[in-house]
Amino acid sequence: MSHALISVPKAVKRGQVFEIKTLISHRMETGFRADAKGQLVPRDIIQRFTCTYNGVEVFNLKLSPAIAANPFISFFTVATESGTIALRWTGDNGFAVEETVSIKVE
Amino acid sequence: MDEAMTHVPPLRAATRRVFLVRSSGATAALVLGASAATVSHAPPAHATPAMLEAAIRGVVGNAPLRPGKITLDLPPLAENGNSVSMTVSVDSPMTEADHVKAIHVFNEKNPQPHVLSAALGPRAGRAQLTARIKLNDSQTVVAIAETSVGEFWRASAEVIVTLAACVEEQPS
Repeated sequence: MSHALISVPKAVKRGQVFEIKTLISHRMETGFRADAKGQLVPRDIIQRFTCTYNGVEVFNLKLSPAIAANPFISFFTVATESGTIALRWTGDNGFAVEETVSIKVE
Repeated sequence: MDEAMTHVPPLRAATRRVFLVRSSGATAALVLGASAATVSHAPPAHATPAMLEAAIRGVVGNAPLRPGKITLDLPPLAENGNSVSMTVSVDSPMTEADHVKAIHVFNEKNPQPHVLSAALGPRAGRAQLTARIKLNDSQTVVAIAETSVGEFWRASAEVIVTLAACVEEQPS
């Protein structure tokens, strides 16, 4: 079970640019490492991260094996209206996690 | 120094023992006052500067890459290549008419040249992102910003990695 941490300010002013910080637990196995028997460990990474704000995509990131384990991603968006921010991580082996946070715009 | 170098086995079948030998080699080199980078290994088939250029050209085409407007923030010295914090920011008004469309990051010596690609737009408000990356060796990292008006900005940063990613721990 993957665990995600999301940090978003509780309330923001309309038009304010604010930061969204995210952290998700994932091993991000590169597919280039060998185990103790010399067998390559198959790749298992998060491939894509997207952020939608009231249904509109505001940021998306294509990840590679060069992203550290337990990916930390932070970015910015403009406060337009109150609503929900949905964060979605998808990757190898059917990995899919979606988390939503509500944002209050004053 | 020479002794340390001759003890460096091929990394392909990196075992715990290999790691220990390698790290002790690095320590020896440090004790001798040499940079840890000089112990650098022949890592597994990794990207080369030519692959880096090819990967960049694959994204930008023949458009000119100009310095400026983009800032790539990486520590000059990373103790652990498994997790290096990186921030890319671009000086842009982020309006409908003039905004950063994409930010790409590439590296020189990881197994693959591509690190990340971000798609953003005027709704981002500020063209900046932070992520933690893996670095397999001391190397140059390149960030490229693509703007809505078709310009490409380029920034690069040199990072010295004392403990490379991929060798520290065994997958369980």
